[in-house]
Amino acid sequence: MTAIANKRKKPHQDIVFPIVNTCILVVLMFLTLYPVINTVAISFNDGTDALRGGIGLWPRQFSLKAYQALLTDELIWSAFGISVARTVITTVLNVILTSMLAFALSRREYVLRGFITITMVLTMYVNAGLIPNYLLISKTLNLSKTFWVYIIPTMFSCFNMIVIRTYISGLPEALAESARIDGAGDLRIFWQIIFPLCMPVLATVALFVAVGSWNQWFDTQLYNGSKKYLYTLQYLLKMKLATTNQSANAANATADALRTTTATTPVTIRCAITVVSAAPILVVYPFLQRYFVTGMVLGGVKG
Amino acid sequence: MTGSAGHNVPAIKVKKKGFFRTLWGQKQLMLMSVPMLLYVFLFNYYPMWGWIASFEDYKPKDGPLGSKWVGLQHFEWLFGRSEFLEGIRNTLAMSLINLVFGTLASILLAILLNEVRSKLFKRTVQTVTYLPHFLSMVIVVGMAQNIFASTGPVNQLIKALGGQEIFWLGEEKLFWWLVGVINIWKEVGWNSIIYISTMTSIDPTLYEAASIDGAGRFQRIMNVTLPGIKSTFMVLLIMNIGHLMEAGFEIQYLMGNSQVEHYSRTIDVFVLEYGISNNNFGRATAAGMFKSIVAIILLFSANWVAKKLDEDTLI
Repeated sequence: MTAIANKRKKPHQDIVFPIVNTCILVVLMFLTLYPVINTVAISFNDGTDALRGGIGLWPRQFSLKAYQALLTDELIWSAFGISVARTVITTVLNVILTSMLAFALSRREYVLRGFITITMVLTMYVNAGLIPNYLLISKTLNLSKTFWVYIIPTMFSCFNMIVIRTYISGLPEALAESARIDGAGDLRIFWQIIFPLCMPVLATVALFVAVGSWNQWFDTQLYNGSKKYLYTLQYLLKMKLATTNQSANAANATADALRTTTATTPVTIRCAITVVSAAPILVVYPFLQRYFVTGMVLGGVKG
Repeated sequence: MTGSAGHNVPAIKVKKKGFFRTLWGQKQLMLMSVPMLLYVFLFNYYPMWGWIASFEDYKPKDGPLGSKWVGLQHFEWLFGRSEFLEGIRNTLAMSLINLVFGTLASILLAILLNEVRSKLFKRTVQTVTYLPHFLSMVIVVGMAQNIFASTGPVNQLIKALGGQEIFWLGEEKLFWWLVGVINIWKEVGWNSIIYISTMTSIDPTLYEAASIDGAGRFQRIMNVTLPGIKSTFMVLLIMNIGHLMEAGFEIQYLMGNSQVEHYSRTIDVFVLEYGISNNNFGRATAAGMFKSIVAIILLFSANWVAKKLDEDTLI
């Protein structure tokens, strides 16, 4: 309707359109944030009152009970620790190893460059699938029921490698060349010259890896479901998701045992765990935003 | 045949000598890349050997070589199984909903953002809409359960407008669309990044020329912006077609329940239920392998069609 009206009176188009556009985008922001704020509001509400539902953007009966319950729960603390540990270790290892490979594959003179690049890129499209991977990790490598199952299978990502390699290719060649003339080997050139220059793109990749590791819950369920002290925060939250009926997952042995816990978990506690497990991302994210957009574009265009 | 092969031997030998000498000179580069190559072989290529279990009555203790060979029996079983056929249908349906509406939504958002003059407002919208991408699916499903609960905000709105309360999470006909809505909510901002960056690289003189020729705002969008993002759109389309078999499994697994299971079970959920939980590795591997092979065929076909149409291609 407005489109037709605008077409007839051209000068008005430049006044009406920006207003309509701004309204649409404001509504979109509201819709994006509403579920997040709603969850925070419920988590600060009184438990029995919350069962009535209908809480919007603000708690109806303010209460800190849900958070007090979390603070005294040992499992939450240990899960938090495991989540932090896996995220930090994975991120550090992944960033160093991935950028090292990216550097090697950015050297035009490297004779294995083509072969290794193709081998790596194919991994983005071909996947053996859940069962063969599960058998490799749990039966062949015997990594289940250990902390290392969170670290070892996630040390490399081809997409991130391409992002870093594209960035390195954009650096002036003369930097590496002059170091080479001074007698530096490739390892030294990488570690002392290229690596420090890559910080902006490494920040992006580190954010991707850290978020991916922090948000992971399925590896816990698959490999460490029987080890409470290896639970991660996301897995704990997954267990508390109060699905009305879980029998779609009933074939899963653990789900049956969990149903008793889910039924008794008050909605406020579930929301409080949600807030706790989302908080680190919500806090860090706005500061890193300008980096990851560049990284996303670099990888998206070349990848 | 033998003649030509014999003819080639000296040439290869000369080349090889040079090759290994150069390689030795690049041992530091090898040190940085070959361990990762071995890592990828172990974690990405070696498991494909496990596909052999698709043709076996696979027992982990006997391994792929010791298990009994059953030929195509698992595939026959799969295609006679309504759960698996439903899985294929659900996977494709949710992927297509996601592909069509997700792409439209992110292009629309990119166009709207591209028309915003205020830098601050643009960045605010971007920051807010990228946010859900970083939340885990567990968190997102948890929030969705609050929002779509019987006493949740959506139902309250419906009631306030005089409608009937809807049991969103237990209505099988709604499941695909609910997944579509949640996926778009989560990813629309993130997926618009690539279009926004393409739009900012469009030559501004094109817009000026269009304005001088009397094109209004909508005509500029139709005739300058949309053609400008065409090649990005094609590349992403090919990639997404290659991923059509990946409807995701997290959201379906986390939101699924017995009332909606005929519409929530994707191939991946099927593999998980039959493979890990029932210990039926052979059948589950066959299902997973079927999925991977169809995905590769889809990717190459899409790439081939794009090549025929003389568009930008991926490979």
